[in-house]
Amino acid sequence: MYLRDAPGTHPPLDSPGYKSTKLRHPLQRPVLLPQKLTEITGPLLGEGRLGANDNDLTAQHAGEPQGQRIIVHGRLLDGNGRPVPNSLVEIWQANAGGRYNHVRDRWPSPVDPNFDGVGRTLTDAEGRYTFTTIKPGAYPWQNHDNAWRPAHIHFSVFGRSFTQRLVTQMYFPDDPLFDQDPIFNSVPDPKARARMISSFDWSRTVPNWALAYSFDIVLRGRDATPFEQEVDDE
Amino acid sequence: MSTPSQTVGPFLSIGLPWADGPTVVPEGTPGAIRIVGTVFDGAGQPVPDALIETWQADPDGHFDHPDDPSGPLRKEFRAFGRCPTDDDGNYWILTLLPGAIPGQAPHIDVSVFARGLLHRVVTRIYFADDPSDPVLSSVDPGRRRTLIAQPADDGYRFDIRLQGDNETVFFDV
Ligand SMILES: [Fe+2]
Repeated sequence: MYLRDAPGTHPPLDSPGYKSTKLRHPLQRPVLLPQKLTEITGPLLGEGRLGANDNDLTAQHAGEPQGQRIIVHGRLLDGNGRPVPNSLVEIWQANAGGRYNHVRDRWPSPVDPNFDGVGRTLTDAEGRYTFTTIKPGAYPWQNHDNAWRPAHIHFSVFGRSFTQRLVTQMYFPDDPLFDQDPIFNSVPDPKARARMISSFDWSRTVPNWALAYSFDIVLRGRDATPFEQEVDDE
Repeated sequence: MSTPSQTVGPFLSIGLPWADGPTVVPEGTPGAIRIVGTVFDGAGQPVPDALIETWQADPDGHFDHPDDPSGPLRKEFRAFGRCPTDDDGNYWILTLLPGAIPGQAPHIDVSVFARGLLHRVVTRIYFADDPSDPVLSSVDPGRRRTLIAQPADDGYRFDIRLQGDNETVFFDV
C-alpha cells in the first residue's frame, strides 16, 4: 500500500486565489478507492520514449537558445528514501523571456526559434536525472491585476505505480514573485511549498559554461505489505 | 515528505502529448475499441486544455508490471494511454477491453489533468454496472452511472464532468 501524504502537502482543488479552479474543481467529496492491483501497478516507461537530445534543451536546434544556460538535476525518490530508477521524467517550460512555444501564448515577448522548451529523460539506477536547459523567465497572466508567474519548470513523473503519478512545478530560490503567486501558495504547508524550490548548486556548475540547480522529487512511500518484499528483492 | 502537486497549466500540450499517446494498441489491432469522450467544466463548457491518462489490465486481467505476478504479457499492448483534449474538449484512446481482475469488474483507471486543476483527479471507466464490484457498490447509486461508459459506434463514450450536474465520481486514491 502507498501511504497517504500528510495534510497540507497538496493544494486543495478549490483554491479561490487561482481563478481557473472555480469551475473546474469537483464539488462532491472524492470516494475512497482501495489500492488494488490497478493502483499499485503503473506504466514503467522506458527508453522507447526518448529521442536524441531530449535531455539537452539547448541542443535541439541548429542554433543555441538565448538565455542563461543551466544544469537542472536531482533524484527521484519515494517516501521511504529509496531511489526510483529507470523512470521517465518529462519537463516543459517557457524560454528565457518567459514565452512558451505554444500557439495560445500570446504575450508580447518573442518566441525563441532555437528553443522548444520540452525535455525528457530516464532516471539512472540511483534515481538521478539531469537536464541542460535555459533558465525560464517569469511571465504575466490574467489571474489578477498585474499577475506574474514566478519562473518555473513543469515536471511530470510516474514513479512505479498509478498511485505515485505526479505533475508539479520546480521553482528557483528567492524568487520575489512567490508572495503574489496563487499557484505556488496553493500548497497549504509552507514546508511542503519549500520542497518545490530548487537549490542553487555550486558543485554542479560547469566553468565557462553553465550554472546549476538541484531539485529532488519525492513520491509517496509504501507501508509494509506482502508486495514490499518483492521490491526489496530487486 | 512528498513533493506537492501543481497544475499542468495552460501549455501542457507542448510537453505531455505523445504522437502515439492515444493508441494503447496500434490501429488495426483485432478487437481494439475506441473510447471517446468530452471533458466539461462546471458551466457545461468543454475543457480544451486537459490531459487524460489511462491505465488498465490487458484482456486477460494482467498488468505489465512486476507487482502483478500473474503475467505473461501481450506484445504491442502498452496498458497506458494519454491524450490531450482538443479545442472542443474531446479525447480518445484506442485500446483493448480490460479483463476482470480478482474480485473486481473490468475497469480502466483514469487521471485527469488540466489548467485549473492543482492536482489530478482520478476516476474509473467501467463497461457495465456490476453490483458485485466493491468499488462500484461503494458509490452512491444515483451517481454510479457517471462511471459507466456508454456503447458508441466503434467503442464507447465516457464523458467527464469536473463539476456540477452529473459530476463524475472521482476517487481518493
Ligand atoms: Fe508554466
